[in-house]
Amino acid sequence: MLSGEELKEKYLRKEMFPTVFCDGCGIGNVLDYAIRAIEELELDLDQTVFLSGIGCSSRLPGYINSDGLHTTHGRALAFATGVKAANPKLDVIVFTGDGDCVGIGGNHFIHAARRNIDMTVIMVNNYNYGMTGGQAAPTTPLGGITTTTPYGSIEFPFDVCEIAKAIGVPYVARWTVTYPYKPIKSIKKAIQKKGFSYVELLTPCPIQWGRKNKLRDIKALWDWYKDNTMLLEDWEMINKYGTEEEKQAIEKKIKIGVFQDIDRPEWTSEWKKYVKRLR
Amino acid sequence: MISKVKQVLGPDAQFILGDTAVTYGALLAGCRFFAGYPITPATEIAEGMARLMPKVGGTCIQMEDEIASVGAIIGASWAGVKSMTATSGPGFSLMQENIGYACMTETPCVLVDVQRGGPSTGQPTRASQGDMMQARWGTHGDHEIIALVPNSVQETMELTIEAFNLSEQYRNPVLVMLDEIIGHMREKIVIPSKIKIVGREKTKMAKEKYLSFAGEKIPDFATFGSGYRVYATGLTHSETGLPSTDDPEVHSKLVTRICKKISDDREKLQDFKGRYLSDAEVVVLSYGSTSRSALTAVELARKKGIKAGYLRLITVWPFPEKLVENLNCSRILVAEQNLGQLVHLVRESARCEVQLCPKIGGEVHKPREILARLEE
Repeated sequence: MLSGEELKEKYLRKEMFPTVFCDGCGIGNVLDYAIRAIEELELDLDQTVFLSGIGCSSRLPGYINSDGLHTTHGRALAFATGVKAANPKLDVIVFTGDGDCVGIGGNHFIHAARRNIDMTVIMVNNYNYGMTGGQAAPTTPLGGITTTTPYGSIEFPFDVCEIAKAIGVPYVARWTVTYPYKPIKSIKKAIQKKGFSYVELLTPCPIQWGRKNKLRDIKALWDWYKDNTMLLEDWEMINKYGTEEEKQAIEKKIKIGVFQDIDRPEWTSEWKKYVKRLR
Repeated sequence: MISKVKQVLGPDAQFILGDTAVTYGALLAGCRFFAGYPITPATEIAEGMARLMPKVGGTCIQMEDEIASVGAIIGASWAGVKSMTATSGPGFSLMQENIGYACMTETPCVLVDVQRGGPSTGQPTRASQGDMMQARWGTHGDHEIIALVPNSVQETMELTIEAFNLSEQYRNPVLVMLDEIIGHMREKIVIPSKIKIVGREKTKMAKEKYLSFAGEKIPDFATFGSGYRVYATGLTHSETGLPSTDDPEVHSKLVTRICKKISDDREKLQDFKGRYLSDAEVVVLSYGSTSRSALTAVELARKKGIKAGYLRLITVWPFPEKLVENLNCSRILVAEQNLGQLVHLVRESARCEVQLCPKIGGEVHKPREILARLEE
């Protein structure tokens, strides 16, 4: 296995360092996990396109030494659809944030998912718009303090994994970046999956989110993710067989794990068949 | 390639809709990716592409909205495929941000706007030329755009081909500005036996030396999957394509270059048709469907002994300043289907009196309406 420095040498654009990310930010970990998944898969970066929208996490493709398209806010999946549909030989990986993906880009997300066009979407969920100074996102938990919800959010957040699952996305997973192995494994699986795949990574944002929500300390914030998440399987077992007290205790836990792993006909393959049928 | 398209299109001479002529021109020009969203009066373009595109082995996709349509055609262009979308006013408004992205990332692509009455939902089934200024300035920030305006079904097909050629040559989005009358009019077309096509010019530079946004004018293009590992962003970028947003010089150099690559070629890009101009005392300047009435009005005026001339702009953006400046007449009458848009540019360039002959409501000017103004 290559070391961090060796991976950096092999896959990243050195002229782009240091990164724009704050101390204690988890987005660097997302890049690390994605690169490790790519290394394990031996993906050819000459034939891989990374796309993104706007926001902190959308800066990621700029660090990778491959083809990249840093698109407009929320629209990465529309651009990615064009790349993949026009040239299905290319592997398409999208980095997007929660505001980018399901705020301004929500419509593109549900439609790219519905079409089941082959691409991997890595959604960095840090509960807020970090780059603009920490505003409320569609994922901000109830009561969450942001600059646009200074007295606590009164809106229900999206559970994007449940949305993706309901649309029939073939591969849906959520992990925290606090542990590396599960995210790496899921990103690998997502890239290999023929069709639309969605991996959500809960990512600490100490400066714009933590600071306002009594989680200013980097370690305390990272520990929060460990304490407030629960494996999907465990959650389901307790809900099925647990006592009322046990059920109540896990009510507010965030489920992590693989939400869906199925196979469905994929858009570019179906288009190819459609064209062939007409000849 | 072209012979295959011709085989799919059928006989060389056909009686077709203006919107259909857009699809013919696009396919002949080598467009192999279309993304669109239904909207009156441009829907027939999406429908035609859905019918024809798979038959020529291309890709056609209906997107969730017009924002996504432009995103998809930019993505397709970077993936190495000539691409197009088509819309009308409300959709054209939605497209503006991504049109600016295409200018900033120097992405060749073609957008067709079949203009209807606005603002807002306006008159979906009626013609207008109300988007001419939006075509020029709809997206934010300094930029240049190329916009072509046909006045017949035959010319719609030909200018669509030309739009693809120019978008490849200049690495810039090119607009084909129809109006509902041209889009929904049926006329005879003849598919030319010889068609000039500008292909996607791929860089021959060595990978180590290649800079995706370098050069004085138009950078060499390397698309995704070619091994050049290119990066494009809507942020201000250096010659490498990587973001560089704080240096005033980097921004100034980049934005000046993407503007000048087009504005410097203003005269080269200028395309127009003129009649009776040599001795004209009053010139009717028009474009699109309006020009058909304008020509009749000028001919009627001539019969009445009025020294009238006819000038029809085909390239509207960049605006042909010199052409208007050099008009040797005492009065220019600008006839357009809006309350005055291109007239402002004419006033800026002309050395004589400039008057506006506006019309809105969805009907083309009647020749006698223009004639009455010539008789003044």
